[in-house]
Parts: sequence; C-alpha cells; structure tokens
Amino acid sequence: MNNSSTGLVKGIIANLLMVEFDGPVAQNEICYVEHQGLSLMGEVIKISDRIAYVQVFDSTRGIQGGTTVRFNGNMLEVELGPGILSRKYDGLQNDLDALEGIFLERGIRSRALDPDERWDFEPLAKVGERVRAGDWLGQVTENHQPHKIMVPFRFKGFYTVEKLSAPGNYRAADEIAVLLDERGQRHSVTMIQRWPVKLPLNLYRDKPRPHKLLETGLRTMDTLHPMLEGGVGFVPGPFGSGKTVLQHAISRQAAADVVIVAACGERANEVVEIFTEFPELDDPHTGRKLMERTVIIANTSNMPVAAREASVYTAMAIGEYYRQMGLRVLLLADSTSRWAQALREMSNRLEDLPGPDAFPMDLSAIISGFYARAGIVTLHNGQEGSITFIGTVSPAGGNLKEPVTESTKKATRCFYALSQKRADSKRYPAVDPIMSYSKYLEYPEFVEYAAEHIHPRYIEFARTIKNILLRGNEASDQINILGDDGVPLDYHIRLWRAELLDFSILQQDAFDTVDAMTPIARQMEMVALVLEICQREFPFEHFEEVSRFYKKLINTLKQMNYSPFNSEAYQQYRRQTEDMVREQTQALQAM
Amino acid sequence: MEVRKHYSRIKNITKATCTVQADGVGNEELALVGDRLAQVVKIVGQDVTLQVFGGTEGIFTNSATTFLGQFPSLRVGEDLAGRFFNAYGEPIDNGPSLTGPLREIGGPTVNPVRRLQPFQLIATGIAGIDLNNTLVAGQKIPFFADADQPYNEVMAMVALRAKTDKIILGGMGLTNDDYLYFKQLFEGEGVLDKIVCFINTTSDAPVQRLLIPDMALTAAEYFAVEHQQSVLVLLTDMTLFADALSIVSNRMDQIPSKDSMPGSLYSDLARIYEKAAQFPDGGSITIIAVTTLSEGDITHAIPDNTGYITEGQLFLRKDSEVGKVIVDPFRSLSRLKQLVIGKKTREDHPQVMNAAVRLYADAANARTKLDNGFDLTEYDERTLRFARAYSTLILSVDVNLDTEAMLNQTWDLFSEHFSREELGIKEQFLDRFYHPPVA
Ligand SMILES: Nc1ncnc2c1ncn2[C@@H]1O[C@H](COP(=O)(O)OP(=O)(O)O)[C@@H](O)[C@H]1O
Ligand SMILES: [Mg+2]
Repeated sequence: MNNSSTGLVKGIIANLLMVEFDGPVAQNEICYVEHQGLSLMGEVIKISDRIAYVQVFDSTRGIQGGTTVRFNGNMLEVELGPGILSRKYDGLQNDLDALEGIFLERGIRSRALDPDERWDFEPLAKVGERVRAGDWLGQVTENHQPHKIMVPFRFKGFYTVEKLSAPGNYRAADEIAVLLDERGQRHSVTMIQRWPVKLPLNLYRDKPRPHKLLETGLRTMDTLHPMLEGGVGFVPGPFGSGKTVLQHAISRQAAADVVIVAACGERANEVVEIFTEFPELDDPHTGRKLMERTVIIANTSNMPVAAREASVYTAMAIGEYYRQMGLRVLLLADSTSRWAQALREMSNRLEDLPGPDAFPMDLSAIISGFYARAGIVTLHNGQEGSITFIGTVSPAGGNLKEPVTESTKKATRCFYALSQKRADSKRYPAVDPIMSYSKYLEYPEFVEYAAEHIHPRYIEFARTIKNILLRGNEASDQINILGDDGVPLDYHIRLWRAELLDFSILQQDAFDTVDAMTPIARQMEMVALVLEICQREFPFEHFEEVSRFYKKLINTLKQMNYSPFNSEAYQQYRRQTEDMVREQTQALQAM
Repeated sequence: MEVRKHYSRIKNITKATCTVQADGVGNEELALVGDRLAQVVKIVGQDVTLQVFGGTEGIFTNSATTFLGQFPSLRVGEDLAGRFFNAYGEPIDNGPSLTGPLREIGGPTVNPVRRLQPFQLIATGIAGIDLNNTLVAGQKIPFFADADQPYNEVMAMVALRAKTDKIILGGMGLTNDDYLYFKQLFEGEGVLDKIVCFINTTSDAPVQRLLIPDMALTAAEYFAVEHQQSVLVLLTDMTLFADALSIVSNRMDQIPSKDSMPGSLYSDLARIYEKAAQFPDGGSITIIAVTTLSEGDITHAIPDNTGYITEGQLFLRKDSEVGKVIVDPFRSLSRLKQLVIGKKTREDHPQVMNAAVRLYADAANARTKLDNGFDLTEYDERTLRFARAYSTLILSVDVNLDTEAMLNQTWDLFSEHFSREELGIKEQFLDRFYHPPVA
C-alpha cells in the first residue's frame, strides 16, 4: 500500500473526471473527490501521463476544475464477516437500511457490517496448527447456518496459530486469533476482513467439473435443461419475456445455502418485491424464511452508473467468501447487459477505440473472466463449496446477434433463450425448448450422477422429450405450409404430442402456489406418465379428433399440476388421465 | 440570482452547444449565452462546453456568457396547482409568479428500501387495461403507438378516470392543437385545480424539452412526498425527448450507439422513469408516458430501451376487422398487474385474462391459415367469432366497465364459443362461472 497521493480535477464529462495527480496512483485505485464538504467516491479506470481518469460513483453536479481529489491506496473492497446474510446493500456495499432519509443523498455512506454485533464463537482449529489463507479457524452461527471465521484471504504463505479464543460470545471486531508468520511476526485476526472485489479468490485445492443437479423446481430447467451446482448459465430475452420472473423463481426455489441477488441496473420495484416477500416466504428446503439465506445487492437503473459495474463484482466477492466456507452459493445477476452498457458509457467517454456496437474491445474477455469465477471447488480441507451463476442478458431489439449475448454464450454452459412468441401467447416460462440447451447433459459425471440420484431414466427422458418437441416443431411448420389436410394424419399426432409436453411439462405458472415449484420426484413421475402417453398409438380418423383428444388430456394434466402432490385431487386427475388413455386405446382394439 | 462571471469570447459553436474559456465553473451549472439559458455539459481544462436550450441560431462569437452559479430549479409550493409553465418553470398562463422555495430538478434517487411495494389498483374502465394490463399506483408505463393513433386522447381519458390528487402534464414537442386540447379538456372537466402543466410545443426549441420531465417530476415529488398525495405524471412524447438527447450528444462528438441514440440512453431514460414510486407515507408517483413508434417498430432504440425500463407498455393499434382502436393484448403488458389481480379483484381474474389471450392467439393463427388460403377447422371458426366479439366488447378503448363486469363479459364469451376443456382454467372457476348455452 502506498501513502495517499492527491490530485486536482482538470476536466469533467458526465461522471468521468480527469485528475492531474502527484505521487503514485494505481489502476483501479479508489479516490475521493472533495466537493463542498462531501467526499464523493471514485475509481481510477485509466492513467495516461500525469492524468488519472476517474469514474465517480455519484453525481458530479457542481464539481469544478481545481477540486481536490485524494487517492486512498486501495482498490474497491468488500467487508466480509458474519452478518452479511439478509442485508440489502448497494453496489458499493453500503447497507441501505442504515442510510437515513427517503432519498439517497449524494456522498452518504454506511458500513457494511456492524463491528459491535455479538456472535457465539466456537474454535475449529487448534493452537500450534499450521494454517494458510482461507483455512477455517472457527465458526459462529449466522441465521441458523454455520459461518466460518477464516484466515484472512490476503495473508500470504503459512502461519502458526499462536492464540485462539475459547468458545464464547464476542464482538465481530474482537480479536479471536493471533497468527505467527514464518518470519515470527504476529498478526491479529478478527471476524471481519476485507478483500478487493475484482480479484478472484483462488484458495482451493482444485476445481472439478460440475456434476450435481441444482434443483430449482422449474420443470423446463430440471427436467430438460439442468443447471448444476457450480454451473454457469444465462437467460437472454427481449423485454417482457420473463427474465426477471424466472430469476426470482430460481432465487426462491433453488436448493442453495446462500443466494445472492445482484439487481444490476434494473427496476427498483423488482428489488422491493424481494424485500417485501422474502421475509414472509419459506425456504422450501429448510422451512426457514427465505430472507435468512439471501443477500441483495441493489444497484437499480437510476443509481450511479459506475456503481452498476462494481455491483456484480461486489456480489461475486461475497459469493466467493461463502463458497470458501464449503457452502452452496447461488448468484444471480439481472441484467449483465446493463453492466456491459455501463462499461460502454465509460469507454465512450474515454474515447477508447470502440468494438462492435460501441462496446469496449475487451468486453468478451471481461465477461468470460467474470463467469470463470463461478464453479464448484474442493477446499484444502477436502470440503466442497460452489458458486452457481446465472445472469440475464437484455439484447437490444431482442436480437441475439449482439456482443453481450455472443460473449456470454462463449462463457457459459446453459442457455435459456426466452422467446417473444412464447411470451406473447402466454406460454410461460417462455424458455424456447428448441433453442435452449444445457451442455451438462453431455458430461459423463452428470450422466452417472443423474442415473443414481435423480431417476434411472433421467437422461433418456430428457433426450426423448427434446426429440418429440423437435418433431412436433417440424410437423407444425409443414402444417403451416401445406394446411391441415395437406399433411398426413401422423403430422397432427406429432404436433399434438409436442403440445402435450409443452402444456403439461414445460409451461408452469410462476404465480400459482402449487404449480410454481415442482420437486424433482414429482417431475419424474409426471414425465414418465406423459411420455408413456406419447408413446401410445391411438386410432384417429380425422385430424380434428387428434386435437380434441389431446386438448382434453392437456386440461386434466394441467389440473393435476395445480393440485398438491399426491393429494386426493392429484390422484383423481391422474386416474382420469389414465381412463381417457385406456378408453381411447380400447377404441383401437375394438376396431 | 447572484451573477458571477462574464466571458465574451466563444471558441466554438454547434447547432446545440457552444464552448467558452472560463475558470471556476461547476459541472451542470446554468449560464446565459447572450439572453439564452444554457447548461454546462463538459469541462476540459479551461474549455467549458454548454448546451444552449434555446438553440444557437444567431449567437455571435462575442456574445456574453454569464455563469449563474446555480442549477436548473423549480419553485415548489401549492401555488403550482392549476398552472401552465414553460420548460424553465416560468408561467405561460399570465398568472402570478411562483413564490415557493427553489428546488433543484433532477434530484436524488429514492432509497429502494424506503419504497413500498405498489398495491393500489388504478381503475380506468378500459378493459384492455383493467382486465389485461391492470395499472397500479407507483407504476411507470408508456403507451406505444404510431403517430396516427389517438394516444393523447386515451391517455387523457385514463388520467381523468383515475382517482388521483394531482395530474401533472409534461408536454414535449406538443403541437399547438394538442396543447389546446389538453388545456380545454382540463378546463371543461373542471379539474384545473388538480393539474400542473409544463409545456414545450413544436414552436419551442427542441433542446428545452430536456428539462420538461425533471420539472414535472420535481413538482410531483413535492406533492407526493410533502403532501402525501397520489400524483399521476403524463409525459408525452418521450420519443421527442430522446431525439433532443441525441441532438446534444451528437454535437458533443460522442460515439452514437444504435439508431444514432447516445450510449447512455438507457440510463438517461431510467433516471426519469424510476421517479415513479409508492412512498411509505401514502404518497405516490405514477408515470404514464407516450412513446411514438415508427410503423409499429418496437425494436428501435427508443421504444426498446423504454420497454426495458418501464413496468410494461400499452400498445395501441387499429383492429381493422372490427374498425376500432384496441389495446393489443400480445404486445401490451403490465408488469405490476400480478400485485393486484385476483387479490384486489375477483380470484378468477388471472386465469380468465390468460385464457382469453391464449384463445385470441389461436384466432390469430386461424387468420394466418385463412390468409394462406387453407380451410379452417370448426375450432378455428369458433376462435375467429370469439376474437371479433372480444375485440369489440373488451379490447376496444371505447369500453367503459368495472372489472367485475369485464370478467362476466369474458365468461359469457367463453361459454358461448368454447367447451370447458378448451379453456384450460382451474375446475373451481369453471364450476362457478362457466355457463354453456342451453342446447
Ligand atoms: N412464468 C411466468 N408465469 C406467469 N407470468 C409470467 C411468467 N414469466 C413472465 N410472466 C409475465 O411477464 C411479465 C414480464 O416478465 P419479466 O420477468 O419482468 O420480463 P423481463 O425481465 O424479461 O423483462 C411479468 O410481469 C408477468 O406478467
Ligand atoms: Mg427484467
């Protein structure tokens, strides 16, 4: 760390300052602009000769040439420790609840964690033990989950535990351990540490390929396009196609220990929905309140643009902190396009050479570097932790041939393409089953896992469904070209088999308490039932009979989806379905 | 006004901006160039670039530039009510000057944790809105319409039927006829005491428009936050606002992004629309805007960015088959409707709404078949009959019903044209509301 340098403002374009400095200044160093008693935070994004280009995380209204800027010697950092869960932060990790007033006045800040909050500490390491950064020294209980107190991530090399607090109740800022480095120097450790958000945390033994299902209760994902623990995926779609509803459903339902939602340049009312509903809703896996496992990073579209870029890194750094405790972290960012646009706004002001659509040339590298921070890891102590990351992408004009979508496609394994056409006809979730994919279906590790832990025929089911949908799609194209009676009857049957799968498996009402979430066992039962029907031949004579019969089936299967699993109503609709199938089959035998 | 510094050499003049050499000038500060109001948009060393709201026609290189040491502001107070102002917040109705305290426009963001989740349904009587795209106080939503659609009339009707304490109109590039239309309408309906208007007409300079939304929203925040009132803000036409943005940014040598709009268009529009909020003490700001389209193209950067920001959109189009202007059920959306439908309205509302739109989509497919010269099935025929009735009785903007009547009307159509299985609605609702015609 350097002694702080200072500088003077020489130019201002929107939130970009040109600052003439003396003394050393680092790329990405944080600085404060002293304006009328306020100190406005900024970050160095380019240095050229004696001029530092600074993006200010606040309005620059009224700043004049000659204003003093103090550089603080650090990069943008997060504060890490117990008490992060349930908090609502802005993109720079200010605790929004701790800020006074209705409006976010310029220059106000609040601390991320309360140093005086007390925690019941229990040691995990032993005095005399050799440890290194990220090793577990002890744990406290945060919202009913174990929260590890670790050797600070910045510590380089090996240390010996010289002192470790006995079990007891301590302040977060109290010393809980003293570590001796290899040169014999002592280092005091508390429950709180800091870490620069843009540096990936790599304190693990190895990073295997993902292999376990991350259950979401969403049929189109779990059954057809599975996301895995530690996997990466993205959801592109035009506005109104259901990106946010899908992400919110995942955040409520996924089998994760910690869920971090980064609302990045989107609507404030959407985070308000989380603030309002999560404290009331139950985590379907633990029965505790959803808010207890959730952290929200809110940098909504009207908050400072530069902080929008910071917000996704803040979220990722917090995710890595919890992964290092051996937890399953789910990270969601809505929308990564807004982050890319923030980069574009700055690079335009810097007059950098623009790449495609005026985005910065290194956009692709930035995006893949970010997605690469997700993943499942084996820690040095043999425990596993994971970060699953799903981002939304908002392509201009809904056209997927644009830089953010294309770069993200390269960096991810799951692609959940939302289709305008499906959304228009209210076929929710509007995930296009033909275009979308999960490359994890091809991972032998997952194939093995699925057969053992999900259903022996899981992979076969997924392939068969996809095949029926594809054939249905082709049939539908032919019918559109040749007309209902210009094609063989078989085309109608193919079309309606696909429709049957679409309506009973793919479509799911996110606002219905029962239908919204389908546990994987129920999904497999439903899939087996529907596929069995799809394999049967029925004696149709006219194409209108085909649609009539399948529509009736669709109706009963939908009623089944609306009924609680194995309830009387569920069983009754199931029997009704089987009766309909039997009658129709018998009609065949009678012929 | 405390006058600070004079400069008399202008280095550079473009259509919307000029550059002078000056010291000690604050970013976004106001200035007078000659007698025209201008605002600092860029400072590089001693070169200060100003956007001139009145346009730069006739500005001389030796015109005097005077920096005013303040930022665009509005005097707020209860005396705003019933008045008409220009983009600078100056009266244009020959009434008295404002006397309230000056408030800077474009003020800070609401802390998201201080917002309440919107909960108050706004009824308009228009079924294309109340049934399919229900509005909620605190929402922001534009009409998407081609220039030949009656968007201002529909918006005015919505405003008058909505039960709000204040209606604040921000008119940008209004034709004089439209200005007079709003004026006479508000006078005629006897609601002058609850309106405030900020008007920029086609005869005013385009760059002035940039001030209108912030003026309107500063007035709105005053009434909503300090008087806990429900305020409806009407912004028309935001496409012309965005055009003005592009004029300024292109003159500043910024690299344009799609459709020659500035790269910051999303952030610029979001800053305005996100002022819509439900405040904890009862006040609210709802924004209904107009975004005119060019031949229905919603992929153009202006409607596209708008759609990504607003909480849905109301798409107006002419249904040539029934000869009426309808709220298109496919392209329209209210993202906040699920907060109220089936909760503040009858429980069957969400399912009825979705089923009707699905059947309407089936009718659209049938129409494609017909256009391609194929035979229609008996089901196709029924969907087409349903669609015609649905368009006339529900989607048309001249409908005026309460929500319960809209639901009953839709059930009548369902029962007349479809069997129970074809509706895909929960049995409990079918049992209660489905009533097939006695054979
Ligand atoms: N799974 C779903 N079930 C029911 N309605 C949905 C679903 N997904 C989206 N919608 C509808 O579409 C609207 C827009 O969805 P949203 O996720 O906000 O879109 P996006 O984020 O892509 O712009 C929602 O307000 C809701 O009315
Ligand atoms: Mg969204």
